[in-house]
Amino acid sequence: MRLVLEKRAERSALIAIASPLIAIALTLITMAALFAILGKNPITALGVYFIAPLTDLYSLEEIAVKATPLVMIGVGLSLCYIANVWNIGAEGQFTIGAVAGSWLAVTTNGTGAGYWVLPAMLLLGALGGALYALIPALCKVRFGASEILTSLMLVYVADLFMDYLVRGPWRDPHGLNFPTTADFDPNATVPTLIEGSRLHAGAIVALILVMLATVLLGRTIKGFEIRVVGAAPKAARFAGFNANQLVVFTFLVSGALAGLAGIIEVAGPIGHLQPGISPGYGFTAIIVAFLGRLNPVGILIAGLFLALTFIGGEGAQISLKVPLDLTKVFQGILLFYVLACDSMIVNRIRLISPLQRVADGTA
Amino acid sequence: MTASPLLQAIGITKCYGDFLANDGIDLDLFPHEIHALLGENGAGKSTLVKVIYGLIQPTAGELQWMGRKVALSGPAEARALGIGMVFQHFSLFENLTVAENVALALDAREGFSAMSARLAQVSRDYGLPLDPKREVWRLSVGERQRIEIVRMLMQNPKLLILDEPTAVLTPQEADQLFVVLERLKSEGRAVLYISHKLEEVKRLCDTATILRAGKKVATCDPRRETAASLARMMVGADIGEVKAASGRAATIPRLVINDLSLEPDDPHGVQLKGVSAEVRGGEILGIAGVAGNGQDELFSALSGERRSLHSDDVIIDGNAAGFLTVTERRRLGAAFVPEERLGHGTAPRMKLSENALLTGHAASGMVKRGFVNKPATLAAVDNTTKVFDVRKAKRDPEAVSLSGGNLQKFVVGREILREPGVLVVSQPTWGVDAGAAATIRQALLDLSSRGTAILVISQDLDELAEIADRIAVMFHGTLSAPLDAMAATREKLGLLMGGSNVGQAAAAPQEKSHAVGA
Repeated sequence: MRLVLEKRAERSALIAIASPLIAIALTLITMAALFAILGKNPITALGVYFIAPLTDLYSLEEIAVKATPLVMIGVGLSLCYIANVWNIGAEGQFTIGAVAGSWLAVTTNGTGAGYWVLPAMLLLGALGGALYALIPALCKVRFGASEILTSLMLVYVADLFMDYLVRGPWRDPHGLNFPTTADFDPNATVPTLIEGSRLHAGAIVALILVMLATVLLGRTIKGFEIRVVGAAPKAARFAGFNANQLVVFTFLVSGALAGLAGIIEVAGPIGHLQPGISPGYGFTAIIVAFLGRLNPVGILIAGLFLALTFIGGEGAQISLKVPLDLTKVFQGILLFYVLACDSMIVNRIRLISPLQRVADGTA
Repeated sequence: MTASPLLQAIGITKCYGDFLANDGIDLDLFPHEIHALLGENGAGKSTLVKVIYGLIQPTAGELQWMGRKVALSGPAEARALGIGMVFQHFSLFENLTVAENVALALDAREGFSAMSARLAQVSRDYGLPLDPKREVWRLSVGERQRIEIVRMLMQNPKLLILDEPTAVLTPQEADQLFVVLERLKSEGRAVLYISHKLEEVKRLCDTATILRAGKKVATCDPRRETAASLARMMVGADIGEVKAASGRAATIPRLVINDLSLEPDDPHGVQLKGVSAEVRGGEILGIAGVAGNGQDELFSALSGERRSLHSDDVIIDGNAAGFLTVTERRRLGAAFVPEERLGHGTAPRMKLSENALLTGHAASGMVKRGFVNKPATLAAVDNTTKVFDVRKAKRDPEAVSLSGGNLQKFVVGREILREPGVLVVSQPTWGVDAGAAATIRQALLDLSSRGTAILVISQDLDELAEIADRIAVMFHGTLSAPLDAMAATREKLGLLMGGSNVGQAAAAPQEKSHAVGA
């Protein structure tokens, strides 16, 4: 018996839609097996992970809060990935965006500066993320350095830089020596949407970005350029599109969106800069981008789904006594299945039975 | 002819969904026979050959090898039986030597030095000279084909399949190949020979099987047929003769190439050395030459995919265009059709409307304020479909789903309908069926009669003879002075293609001129 992967004549529209669902189903089966190995009842465990968070209002709001940065970053990353540009460092761009915006919040802290502070912070956050993303982009265009490596390595640089700031120059003098800045002023804070809830205006920004990206990719010549450069580089060059300019463009946009997500996160739900502002949003957004089929609306749905795993993971940690890292295992398995199922869109699997072989044939 | 067939294909049928690529085809191949497989593109030749070589499994029907039923699940099994194949596109690693490439394809049972010795022996025996230690990127296309053939012969096959082997050869190189094939036949092997070139088939082959739309039309003796009768069987109707419009007169130079020199952008590319030419409005200049002598480099220098060193190296309608981008050159009224229609001329997995936008975005109102005017792109597809009779399953399919001939009609039509002042087209009918080729050639002639300057790069001398007013030859990155098409005999062109008679040839590396001239 032999398995053969062969190209389809035309991409399968059915599998293109079903692929993420199949991937999720396979992930659930694998997770159930994993729970069984850990000695937990798989049904109960999956219930805690995926059903329980959907049953109370607080968890639903919290899903939206977690989905906000995932969707914002995921939309930016999808532009890169469509163009075959591999920005793996959104986590770092997120952090630098948070730092750049926080600088203004820290500087104006307690000075009673006006309403201009928050918009300026958001702008700085986007700018910081974009400039930080420019480093791997220029290294790639100028020197041919792999952007996968450079963007990933810069994540750790960004992390340690922020660590230095909150432990050193920006530490809150009244913070009992905790590594954190002072809480931001109200004028430096993203307003909440519902009184008393953590759901904040960033969610609206994420929705607007989804709409803008849909228009960009579907209706504009720039979006077409992004798609052609990724799908057929030689045809793109023939069309007169400059692949290097596009590397810079997609890195700038995705970096800006990651940076914006970063400053919204610290100026929103967190309220100050501290280590651990991200439970890995920048990396999880990679999964979000692919699970959402690199389509903005798909990314919105995928972002909500992966936010569910964060909330479910916290719930499971409390009620099942399983480690929080299980969420990362879950996300890794999911990405694996998504990529595997995606290859079925342009390929199909065929079984060749041994009966068809000639008697003296070689294998 | 020997009594019992070596290989019998009986009722071979292959469906892809509703589409019947092969429909109950019978084929008998005998030892001591060169058997031609003729048919338009999409007639099912490749499918049938792939079935015989075990690359695909038939939906119905069976193969009998020396009277015994076989089912092949892969090429390895076909090779084990004694079936060898040389593909149209070579599978060679450019950075490896000849011997290393051969070793990779053979079973590793014999040692490398023994294998090398046998390689040298086989190539000497059959008059296919090859230096086992030479790297493939140094070799001409003809020599690369020799590697494929020698590699196949080292497995001592009883049946050899060759897919359009002369497409990449000079007339002289093709003659050499025919000698080898005659010899293989005299040794009792069977040869299955796929070709579009009817004269060649008449000269070389003992039997011809003609396919049309997946069905076998006839098996005949090609020597008793005329080229016209063979073509009729292939197409199912008489092919309209291409006629130059009367009153076509060359006007002012619209495309000028001035002493264009350019280093290759990849290590295996060809350096352009002082290429000069002038194409006037209403004129078609043909560029002949064996593939890999700088035609690709010339095309990208003209299209703007590579910028020149001096701005007046390329002049489009009086504008120095050497530093301009592809888009800027298109805005000057130039249009380009590259050789590779899938992946270069079109993005394979994108819709035709998007592929219309690919070259149309520069002008033609397809983009307004950064937004794509989708109706305009669809209109361009509809228009091309209508004028060039592009056959497709739906209004706006992906480029990859079109057959070669129909996609080529789309790619050429897309540019012609923009009414360019200058058109540069590479291999306009490469691998395209006779009907589509006639349509495309006629369209080029008609366009030139409307005053466009056209430069056609082609390896098909018959095509150039049919449409070009003057023909120049590329060799090792240099371009010969153009010959008047009337005066350009196959012999003259063949010599130029082999590097003789070209003044600059002396400047070329010694080994290379030897390689191609051999």
